Amino acid sequence: MREKVKPEEKTEELTKACPTCFEVPIGPIHPALKEGIRFTFWIEGERIRKVDIRPGFMHRGIEFMGTKRNLIQVLYLAERICGICSISHPLAIVQAVEQAAGIEVPPRAQYIRVIIGELERIHSHLLWAGVAAHELGFDTLLHYVWKVREPVLDILEDLTGNRIDYAIPIYGGVRRDVPPEKYPKLKDALRYYRSLVDDFVNFFLRDPSIEARTRGVGVLTSEEADSLCAVGPTARASGLRKDVRQDWPYFAYPDLEVKALTPEDMGLEVRGDVYDRIVVRLLEVVQSIELIEQCLEEMPEGEITAFPKVAALLAHLKKAEGEGVGRHEAPRGEVIHYIRLEAGEEAPAVWKVKAPTYSNLMPWYPMFRDQEIADIPIVAASIDPCICCMERVQIVCDGKAETLLKDELLRLSWAKTERVASRVTRQVSPGRGG
Amino acid sequence: MIFKALFLQLFTRPVTNRFPAKYMPTSVLGFLGKVQEGKAKIVPPVPVTEGFRGKIAYDREKCIGCQLCIRVCPAQVIEFKPEEKKIRMYVTRCTYCAQCVDVCPVGALSRSQEFLLADYDRFASNLVVE
Repeated sequence: MREKVKPEEKTEELTKACPTCFEVPIGPIHPALKEGIRFTFWIEGERIRKVDIRPGFMHRGIEFMGTKRNLIQVLYLAERICGICSISHPLAIVQAVEQAAGIEVPPRAQYIRVIIGELERIHSHLLWAGVAAHELGFDTLLHYVWKVREPVLDILEDLTGNRIDYAIPIYGGVRRDVPPEKYPKLKDALRYYRSLVDDFVNFFLRDPSIEARTRGVGVLTSEEADSLCAVGPTARASGLRKDVRQDWPYFAYPDLEVKALTPEDMGLEVRGDVYDRIVVRLLEVVQSIELIEQCLEEMPEGEITAFPKVAALLAHLKKAEGEGVGRHEAPRGEVIHYIRLEAGEEAPAVWKVKAPTYSNLMPWYPMFRDQEIADIPIVAASIDPCICCMERVQIVCDGKAETLLKDELLRLSWAKTERVASRVTRQVSPGRGG
Repeated sequence: MIFKALFLQLFTRPVTNRFPAKYMPTSVLGFLGKVQEGKAKIVPPVPVTEGFRGKIAYDREKCIGCQLCIRVCPAQVIEFKPEEKKIRMYVTRCTYCAQCVDVCPVGALSRSQEFLLADYDRFASNLVVE
């Protein structure tokens, strides 16, 4: 049993360490968040001196539910762990189950899995770019980015039948082929995104206000990223060349020779701030486009699943015994699924999931250190969690509680952009700057 | 950039679903009545793609009552009717994964293109397939 620490005791202890600080709790609960979370900031003036993060409010018991269902039902449950990485969790669990049950996957299915996974990375990074622009107060950019995100969702709907929750992977292969008739449409979309790259670099990386708001903000050094086990773009922005697709290649990735990208690949010095995280995500969109093009060229003909009959698959899985681990590089970082199967049981005996945001929680501590209150939204968003925990802020000052809504935090952030922008540019105000 | 985008906006059609009537009718029910009589037309929704997974269609005659669809359904949409050896589906629970379509040995289930399924009553005739 874990030793119980009363929250009040812990708070008291931290307050003693910084007697002139205000305590600013954010959270703890928002239904739209996959990991409901509470931040408590200790603030001195405008600066954050200390932060405490408490996760665990939104436990849904999905793993427990999984042990009550057969594996095909578990697959669709895994898809619903996250709405945005809705293929990453199925891709990880199919690897785990295929390892446990000893299923060989046909090569064409491996390529199709990579294509859908990379398309998802494009849409997820664009979604993040829009959210980041919104946190900074550039709503024009938010609407622009989300507008250009639509074509990739249309392509996903065309290939899989749904914009989100594609239901494409199954144990032993994929459920739908990508027929050659669909290549031209897919290539058109990729060409469209390629033509947008220059615009994105202009809007995000050459904009003086964005640079002023993100350079040197939320810094995570490479030593900290390494020791705190950051994953995904958060780690790569700090200069760690860490990517599951490079380090432990799976599916068709060994043939594609993926390299982990850091800001150095764009000729920039690695500083590990929010700006670098934007750089890495833009680079990864380009990388994903290249990977899909390569897949379309190299994709072999053949079967798309090892078990054309689902009933045969069910029977095979019922007999299987063993354990397996599946790892996939989701847009946010590494996702791991562990599964143990027992012969004669349809349901898995154990199912354990680790989502990337979980690894990226700890890097929040160094990132928030000595930042301003107005930087909380963009620093929190920079690791790409579900930002909805910003719903409510409570400032406790001299025993009086004052509630700050998310609007208020955003207003603070926008006001800061306006101040910074007027210093660095020719009086461009956010939202209207275009 | 901005003027080009604004200018192009004049000539591009909206990508979203348009309002079903050209102008807001004074009475919605009256308008729907006219549509049924054939006097007015509804602006159709944006068509879905060919492989779209919509409401599941059920061919009662083909069904042999093997219950495989009940075993694989992740949302427990499907109920077995033992006296007739047929199934009943509650569409409101459906996640549209179409796994039942894949597993059906006789092809009694199929994907349809229907997706406008909002209703006040979750047991409305449109939402219970049997």
